[in-house]
Amino acid sequence: MSPSKRYHALTIDEQTCIGCTHCMKVCPTEAIRVVGGLAEIREDRCVDCGHCMRACPVKAIYVEQDDLKKIQTFKYRVVLFPAVMIGQFPEKYTEDQIYAALLKIGFTHVFEVEQPIGILKNSIKEYCRKSTTHRPHISTFCPAIVRLIQIRYPSLTENLIRRKAPHDLGAHFAISELKKQGAKEEEIGLFYVTPCNAKISSVKSPVGEKESIVDGIINMNALYNKVMKAIDTKEAPDTSSQRQNLTRDGILWSLTRGEARHFGERSMAIDGIHNVIRFLERLENEEVPNLDFLELRACDQSCAGGIMMTGNRFLTVERLERRARRYAPAWKLQNTQAVKESKELKQKLIADQIIPKPAFCLDPDRERALEKMNRAQRIICFLPGIDCGACGAPNCQALAEDMVSGTAKMSDCVFLQQMWENEGKISTSKAFRNVEKKWGEQRFQADCNKRGKRNEGF
Amino acid sequence: MKLEFNIEGGNFSWAGHASSEVKKMLKQLGIDARCIKSIVIALYEGEVNVVAHAYEGRILVQMEPHKITTEIIDKGPGIPDIELAMQEGYSTASKEVREMGFGAGMGLANMKKNTDELTIESTVGQGTTVKMVNYF
Repeated sequence: MSPSKRYHALTIDEQTCIGCTHCMKVCPTEAIRVVGGLAEIREDRCVDCGHCMRACPVKAIYVEQDDLKKIQTFKYRVVLFPAVMIGQFPEKYTEDQIYAALLKIGFTHVFEVEQPIGILKNSIKEYCRKSTTHRPHISTFCPAIVRLIQIRYPSLTENLIRRKAPHDLGAHFAISELKKQGAKEEEIGLFYVTPCNAKISSVKSPVGEKESIVDGIINMNALYNKVMKAIDTKEAPDTSSQRQNLTRDGILWSLTRGEARHFGERSMAIDGIHNVIRFLERLENEEVPNLDFLELRACDQSCAGGIMMTGNRFLTVERLERRARRYAPAWKLQNTQAVKESKELKQKLIADQIIPKPAFCLDPDRERALEKMNRAQRIICFLPGIDCGACGAPNCQALAEDMVSGTAKMSDCVFLQQMWENEGKISTSKAFRNVEKKWGEQRFQADCNKRGKRNEGF
Repeated sequence: MKLEFNIEGGNFSWAGHASSEVKKMLKQLGIDARCIKSIVIALYEGEVNVVAHAYEGRILVQMEPHKITTEIIDKGPGIPDIELAMQEGYSTASKEVREMGFGAGMGLANMKKNTDELTIESTVGQGTTVKMVNYF
């Protein structure tokens, strides 16, 4: 897939979507509208943060994944998963038992992606040391954040660190390890287990990379269920040798401050996309002190709060922190064979430059954009400013912008319609038909089995 | 396209509001990111100046296809020596303001650096008007 075409993992199931406003209201980039009783995602604005999926009361937003059966076509079937996955299992299951369950499911090799993390860490350190023009350096770990910066903060794209993510590290490492064991590249099938939909998009259409290295993607919640079915609490074979390159730093990498703790004298970690947006606004205005490094993550508690995680995010963090204490810090593994032989691997972690893709421009022609802005400003005078969402846009300002872009009408505003009815400018039945057009026919009739009714989904 | 914002002297919690609004609109116009950055930095400095030094102020923004004009008009103590105030590091900010991380004396110099035209008119005891023009 060409890197210019963006892949989005989120899909709305039209049969399930009830046309409410939950997703539209939480979207940090105002990418969702409701049309004809169904939510629609505007691809140029979507950053794949997954907040809509979390907010949907009827689970109509889903993520496509590859069929697990696809693994059978390979001789070497590698499951690559971020260490955060281990954190969500109940503590009675040991690491060995979880690994054993993964082998039972059909994989032949198990790799956690954050290894050997020292290579990525040194590579990022080196980048930060050499590239000093755009500060603070911003981590590219979270793909939703990278996309957010591309579309909404284009002036900050140059601050993004040109290094790949741990899943690339893990994938290249797994390949080189297997090759050492005599495997041919085409015999190896790499399957990445993702904690969120943003990682899916970044694996399928990577930003700052030519093509993806992974052969398939598995949703972590789906794999969690499979592991829980296959897992055995009896003695499991000792698999610790497969984790000999895993370190404390690697296990903590995907948690909040997992990167920030390593880089720069002044570093900051921010999790939760709305918190990130508030901060980036300030950063763009140069309202912040001189920082060296910024770790920004779209989910609260970073990957432990990933949309496809099953366990409670705080319990996950707690288990991982305790797990991490049992492992050596990365610097102690500085002289292992894996790190010493890392020259080639290091080269593969360098990413292409990330280009801005601004998505909020009203018109490519500036004079017309200005004219549209003027019109939107005048329209705003007529809208109630309640931001109710009943028009199918997240707020009055967004509706006004949609109107000048030709995708919405004055009559979409239910309050304006009410006023027109009151003034005798529009018939009640016409007004009602307008509302039905937006929200679907018979959407407003009494129905005790209506989906999305009280308490459903909470 | 005209916009107007009010600024309350001494209230730092709203400093930056006008610059963020203007930034959002410039992005909608598709202005070059670097150019937006300069405008926003200068405007933010202007906002903070009013909050830190004056009693109250207004910001008038006019956007045209090829330029943006920003006027920041305040009622306040005024600037006795504009040339001196323009020097980097020169500051009359109070201790309280400095403790909040403002008042480093870079404000006006930074504004000059980030605008194409900058004019400052001031009457001691009455107030200051700063006019900035940036061309796209």
